[in-house]
Amino acid sequence: MLDHIHKNNYLVEINQLNAGYNHDIVLSDINLTINPNDFIGLIGPNGGGKTTLLKVVLGLLAPQSGTIRVMGQSPQEGRRHIGYVPQFTVFDHDFPITVEEVVKMGRLSGKRLFQSFTKEDHDIVQEKLAWVDLLEHKDRALRELSGGQRQRVYIARALATEPELLLLDEPTISVDYDSRTKIYDLLHMINQRGVTILLVSHDLNVISIYVKSVACLNRDLHYHGEKEITKEMLQATYRCPVELIAHGLPHRVLAEHKEGR
Amino acid sequence: MAELLSYGFMQNALIAAVLVSLAAGVIGTLVVLKRMVFISGGVAHTAYGGVGLAFYLGVNPVLGAVTFSLLASFLMGYIQRQTRQRQDTLIGVMWAIGMAIGIIFADMTPGYKADLMSYLFGSILAVTKTDLWLMLGVDILVIALVAVFYKELQATAFDETFARVRNLPVDLLYLILIALIGLAVVMLMRVVGLIMIIALLTVPAAIGTLFLKNMRHIMWLATGLSLVFTIGGLVISYFFNLTSGATIILFSGVVYLIALVVHRFCQRCPK
Repeated sequence: MLDHIHKNNYLVEINQLNAGYNHDIVLSDINLTINPNDFIGLIGPNGGGKTTLLKVVLGLLAPQSGTIRVMGQSPQEGRRHIGYVPQFTVFDHDFPITVEEVVKMGRLSGKRLFQSFTKEDHDIVQEKLAWVDLLEHKDRALRELSGGQRQRVYIARALATEPELLLLDEPTISVDYDSRTKIYDLLHMINQRGVTILLVSHDLNVISIYVKSVACLNRDLHYHGEKEITKEMLQATYRCPVELIAHGLPHRVLAEHKEGR
Repeated sequence: MAELLSYGFMQNALIAAVLVSLAAGVIGTLVVLKRMVFISGGVAHTAYGGVGLAFYLGVNPVLGAVTFSLLASFLMGYIQRQTRQRQDTLIGVMWAIGMAIGIIFADMTPGYKADLMSYLFGSILAVTKTDLWLMLGVDILVIALVAVFYKELQATAFDETFARVRNLPVDLLYLILIALIGLAVVMLMRVVGLIMIIALLTVPAAIGTLFLKNMRHIMWLATGLSLVFTIGGLVISYFFNLTSGATIILFSGVVYLIALVVHRFCQRCPK
């Protein structure tokens, strides 16, 4: 881990960034800094650019203008410190592979092409499997698992890269309520152990309970590095008048769970 | 049966069956898991253009097939990677144009052309010593590259985006794989003919994926099944005086159907 080098630096630093596909601008004038140990919930409507922002951070999509640094480096360099959990829908769920094999993929890297897995790799994989509570299922086929279990496999794979930053794209989509709670508890535990988290979700309610700060994205980004979601942020993001349910709600609802988890 | 084995061409055929099965099992598994069946079919048919051209120029048809097959592989791979839309249209068009080129060159070639048919429908009994050496060479290349890059090929087949984020050479691996498909296609062409290549490339691996949960095991099972299909089909075709390539494919097709039914009713099989 490179904490010592980047201790006082941002994990991700985005300045005046525009990005999109051809003439279609999806992200406009984005400024974002991610501090170590943060747990950011990124919310916004579908098509608002959440996945696109992740792609830019991961160096999979070049920005049209502006700058982005990951761990003080270009995204292509810095992304090796990012553990990525893609959206559930991208996977071929019939793929014949065991749980342990998937998690082992986290130990691969472009710099270790001709090397076999080491004892250390093995130990890390077992440790991460234990973190996500799937050690006893490690020899099972991925396709035999439930949706929630599978999602935890992908989280373990991302953790096996020993990341500074964990990036999750809608990790609780298409999993049941209990699995959802389990996944959020797991993320909380991971964050406690020093891994910074950027979590993309459309689920405003759940996200507000667990995260440390909230960012709203719909083409442009509203982020103050705080947990409070203001009515103004929501209105700007969802482009329609938003009624927050109770008076003084942002502070009340969001602060209420601050300690419990 | 003993009499059967005493023929030189039969011995060659059996060796060819073993060599071809190795490539079909290993590459076929990757083709099935990476969903590249259609591309493989396209490469096979485009390769016929090379066979026709080689006949016209009077050079070894295998040379023409390899050249066209590799060119088609790279072109189709490029189309698959770069073009966002209508990939299947472009591949389908190349597929047909390759065939057409082969047929036109065959038309323009004077003389007896029965041998051209053997590339369409295969003739494992006509495999020569030279063919066997070529097959062995392809096998060694296939097995060496897949063994060296096994982890990475598996990772890219399963989740390419994650592999890219880990800075694996995703595009290079794809290029290697598609070149290997091109070579395997030429090899299989001798045995079952280009029209039926897709079946021998996919059926053994497809049966494997029904019952096994590990890519390496699927490769082994697919190799074994491929061997059973080629030798079994060959023996059946000998006793009933049928076309060997078609018999091999039909035999594998029947086993595939049975496997599907067994899998459907098998309680313990992975679903």
